[in-house]
Amino acid sequence: MFFGENYLLSLMMLAPVIGSAIILFIRHKDAEIENRNVRSVALFTTLITFFMGLDLWAGFDNSTAEFQFVEKFQWFGDISYYLGVDGISVLFVLLTAFLMPIVILASWESIGKRVKEYMIAFLVLEALMIGVFTALDIFLFYVFFEGGLIPMYLLIGVWGGVNRIYASFKFFLYTLLGSVLMLVAVLYMYFQSGTTDIPALMMYDFDVDVQSWLWLAFFASFAVKMPMWPVHTWLPDAHVQAPTGGSVILAGVLLKMGGYGFLRFSLPMLPEASVEFSWLIFTLSIIAIIYTSLVALVQEDIKKLIAYSSVAHMGFVTIGIFLFNTNGIEGAIFTMLSHGVVSGALFLCVGVIYDRLHTREISRYGGLAVNMKIYAVTFVLFSLASVGLPGTSGFVGEFLVLNGSFAYSSWITFLAATGVILGAAYMLYLVRRLIFGELDKDDVRAMPDLSLREKLIFAPLVAVVLWMGIYPNSFLDPMHVSVQALLETHFPVETTHAATIDTSSAVVGR
Amino acid sequence: MEFLAKLIVFLPLVGFLIAGLAGRQIGDKASMIVTSGLVSIAGLASWFVFGEVALLGNVAPTIHVLNWVDSGTLSFDWAFKIDTLTAVMLVVVNTVSALVHWYSMGYMEDDPHKPRFFAYLSLFTFAMLMLVTSDNLVQMFFGWEGVGLASYLLIGFWYKKPSANAAAIKAFVVNRVGDFGFALGIYAVFLLVGSVEIDVIFARIGDYETATLSFLGHEYHAITVIALLLFVGAMGKSAQLGLHTWLPDAMEGPTPVSALIHAATMVTAGVFLVARFSPVFELSPVALMVVTYVGAATALFAASVALVQNDIKRVIAYSTCSQLGYMFVALGVSAYGGAIFHLFTHAFFKALLFLGAGSVIHAMHHEQDMRKMGGIKNKIPLTYIVMIIGTLAITGMPGLSGYFSKDLIIEAAYAATTPGAEFAFVMVITAALMTSFYSWRLIFMTFHGQTRADNDTFDHAHEGPWTIKLPLLLLAVGAVFAGWFYKGSFIGDVRFTFWNGSLATSAGDIMDQAHHVPAAVIWSPFVAMVLGFALAYYFYMRGSDIAKRTAETWDGLYAFLLNKWYFDELYNLIFVRPAFWLGRVFWKRGDEDTIDGFGPNGVSGLVAGVAARVRKLQTGYVYHYAFAMIIGLAIAVTWFMAQSGAH
Repeated sequence: MFFGENYLLSLMMLAPVIGSAIILFIRHKDAEIENRNVRSVALFTTLITFFMGLDLWAGFDNSTAEFQFVEKFQWFGDISYYLGVDGISVLFVLLTAFLMPIVILASWESIGKRVKEYMIAFLVLEALMIGVFTALDIFLFYVFFEGGLIPMYLLIGVWGGVNRIYASFKFFLYTLLGSVLMLVAVLYMYFQSGTTDIPALMMYDFDVDVQSWLWLAFFASFAVKMPMWPVHTWLPDAHVQAPTGGSVILAGVLLKMGGYGFLRFSLPMLPEASVEFSWLIFTLSIIAIIYTSLVALVQEDIKKLIAYSSVAHMGFVTIGIFLFNTNGIEGAIFTMLSHGVVSGALFLCVGVIYDRLHTREISRYGGLAVNMKIYAVTFVLFSLASVGLPGTSGFVGEFLVLNGSFAYSSWITFLAATGVILGAAYMLYLVRRLIFGELDKDDVRAMPDLSLREKLIFAPLVAVVLWMGIYPNSFLDPMHVSVQALLETHFPVETTHAATIDTSSAVVGR
Repeated sequence: MEFLAKLIVFLPLVGFLIAGLAGRQIGDKASMIVTSGLVSIAGLASWFVFGEVALLGNVAPTIHVLNWVDSGTLSFDWAFKIDTLTAVMLVVVNTVSALVHWYSMGYMEDDPHKPRFFAYLSLFTFAMLMLVTSDNLVQMFFGWEGVGLASYLLIGFWYKKPSANAAAIKAFVVNRVGDFGFALGIYAVFLLVGSVEIDVIFARIGDYETATLSFLGHEYHAITVIALLLFVGAMGKSAQLGLHTWLPDAMEGPTPVSALIHAATMVTAGVFLVARFSPVFELSPVALMVVTYVGAATALFAASVALVQNDIKRVIAYSTCSQLGYMFVALGVSAYGGAIFHLFTHAFFKALLFLGAGSVIHAMHHEQDMRKMGGIKNKIPLTYIVMIIGTLAITGMPGLSGYFSKDLIIEAAYAATTPGAEFAFVMVITAALMTSFYSWRLIFMTFHGQTRADNDTFDHAHEGPWTIKLPLLLLAVGAVFAGWFYKGSFIGDVRFTFWNGSLATSAGDIMDQAHHVPAAVIWSPFVAMVLGFALAYYFYMRGSDIAKRTAETWDGLYAFLLNKWYFDELYNLIFVRPAFWLGRVFWKRGDEDTIDGFGPNGVSGLVAGVAARVRKLQTGYVYHYAFAMIIGLAIAVTWFMAQSGAH
């Protein structure tokens, strides 16, 4: 019943599940030893998964738009266990596998209670996230997509801060609302087409009138996940309350599910509706960029500030996706990858000082450059990547999106690019308050610089941020053919271009 | 040549990495020697390349280093284009940078963070070199933002000072406004010609001479849009009127930084950009007109503010701003060679003035207020002499470097018939008068008369070590001879072979006309210079209180100038404060009251009963949640399984 040559994707999901099963059985009368064993198993598991992810990347064929590493196994009814990756999804799998060991390592000391459950939740979450990016059956996707809510909900609700109940409730309420609408759409599509195969659905022509409704239903779910303005308010609360590891995964991977959903479902399955509603996306994205950037400027809580900046960055992603041109979509995917690494790293940076001082209030810090030199350099570097400084990962994606948008409408470029100015303002203002200034607080002065474990966490992130900025082709190459196929199949070349550039001479020669 | 070019660009990067990563391990001394040594080697190599490319005309083909981005039809690499224009910039950047590195060894003697300082200097040098060697717009943008970063780090070098931090952020953010224009310009170029590589753009741009481009809902002449957007970037970096506010504040950084970044090199990047794209600007009279007007207005505005400033560095900062205005005037009237020539000579005498000012500040125990100086010319005679040389050069003393370049600009502005040229001529002549006045005012207030410093400071004023003196002497040599020596190449008859197509030049162009203006025009800068000197002498050397009385008589004007035309106050009122206010409104009124109020909080109010029961559950075990959630999901899954079975 299995198709495909190997089971790499299944193994990548299975490994964390096995790891969590092992953790379940770890018992020792000394709690200290038990916890240490639990952590070690979790780290080992995620490292194995990461190496499998590298194997996946290495084995991925950049020259075809077909799904690769396909596994298909008939389940019950029309539903099948159907996995595979293409150029759009493969790097998200890699991103997930890359961030997980870092998250486990980051939780090494800061999580002291219910270590076992914590690690299990993360490992299960990893399996589910990989499932989301690899599922090629729409019901399977739905199960993974919604299933991911559970461990995240728990992570916030159990290991979160003081207001964790409110935050997790809000998180759950928002995402569930979107999910219900998506479920309806999924069911409708299944009844209509008689298939749950995603590749088949991508080729299915839904009636144009119906497309709009289906599109809106998917939109409800993906917009919440992104999150887009005005359904973004769950994110700052969730981040503030979540433990560091939770924030990293939330910002690093879970937010990418929305963008991935748009690319996997909305665009190929509902192309006409996507074109029709692109104005809505652009409007909301531009509002998000300007509005949340301004809000980020006045935040007093570090995590909230970074959370709001995430909403702004995701605005670039949604703009890029709905430009229906190569630069836009590749830029959007690249921005998602970059943001996954950079915002994850920034939340880890917050975690470092939170572990030491147990507050996220910006004004409680200051002058960290004096006593935490390595930390200061790291933080400034990631801030600059977040600001989109050329040479770091943050630049490439935004540049591509904005370049793509100029061909579409210079208004979008003009308004969205103001976010680049505001981004510099709020990030550098944060750096000034945390890192620079006089070191005049005794408890801050007592904070030690990065430990060896913390350096180990940040080293790979720094390397990846620079790699993505200096030689982004390593990450762009896998996308090209799949993105091209998506555009050629569903958005015949340049029609959207010509529609908005109403001058013949301006585009001569292109 | 390929190897040499890579050496020139990457040696400073190596220096940055060594001093930045291992500075604490190898120690202060080694960090300073390594960075300075590497930049010095790059500097010598630059002169060699200059001779090879500019003087002998052996232009190298584009040097490819690494692919950067390929996406759709957009593709650009890390690559170097070394032509005469680049070679001139290499010489300017690396020479001044090397001298500033050496100078800093003496100047930063007592600073506890020397490796960091030298690492930043080398980082800056690297970014600037990437900017000037770029073969495409995006790498130029990389260098553009890279120098902005280095500038940010160096302005905020003394990060404990709140004023330094504020100035650093201001510099970065204001520059980002310029970068915003630059980036839009890049996108527009790509949309129009389908490439961001400089050679390709120039090859194709002629085909689009009449093309229009839709920008913000209107159709405009495409090349004009592009040129103006790029010029916005140039305005930010080169501190032109409107986007100049960061430059005076940038004086918060250590003085060698001001000399290197905020006088000789980075701020001239805008001039370089326009000159680099001279074939594009040539096709847009409107853009050239705007450049002329902005340059002329800046030249006058900054000179007027410099008249009354009391901080020695701020006077020189506004002077820089003003001189950059001159360069833009030259660009605006298509005298590109003149602009770059002034950039070249200005680098020497302005770096000299700044480093000289640094020497004064060093001698005066970090006092920068000229009202607390005076009478120190015998204490630091070498500094005094080189400052006089720098002042003579900037005011246009015949024979010195500024005379050749500045006078050419004034003559070109007179000779030009393009719109704005007449205005520019009046502005730059007036500014020349002011330049002479404020430059001599600086000399008189600092070195002459009775000292106003306290006894202790005055008694201990002394020259710095040789690392400070040697760069001053070398720059003084440049300030004296650079103009006379190179005038033939840059603006004279051999300029066509010299520039070799790297600038838009043609026989009989404005540069030729500038050499044939009436004698009155030729003499006018000289008259302005003498008049400025005489006025300054009358105001500050007669021992009278005439300066004070004038300020009191014209108190409104004085306050207006002293407060820099109130630009900072205006921007604060219309940009900074509204941004914070809006942010707060969006956050409190928007997010919390409106969105949450009607959204989740409203909903949870409705389901308060449910929530209460949920809360009971939350006291329990983690498994309870998991169980409840999985049950929920299972029900959903079962439901559609059943449905699918029915189907």
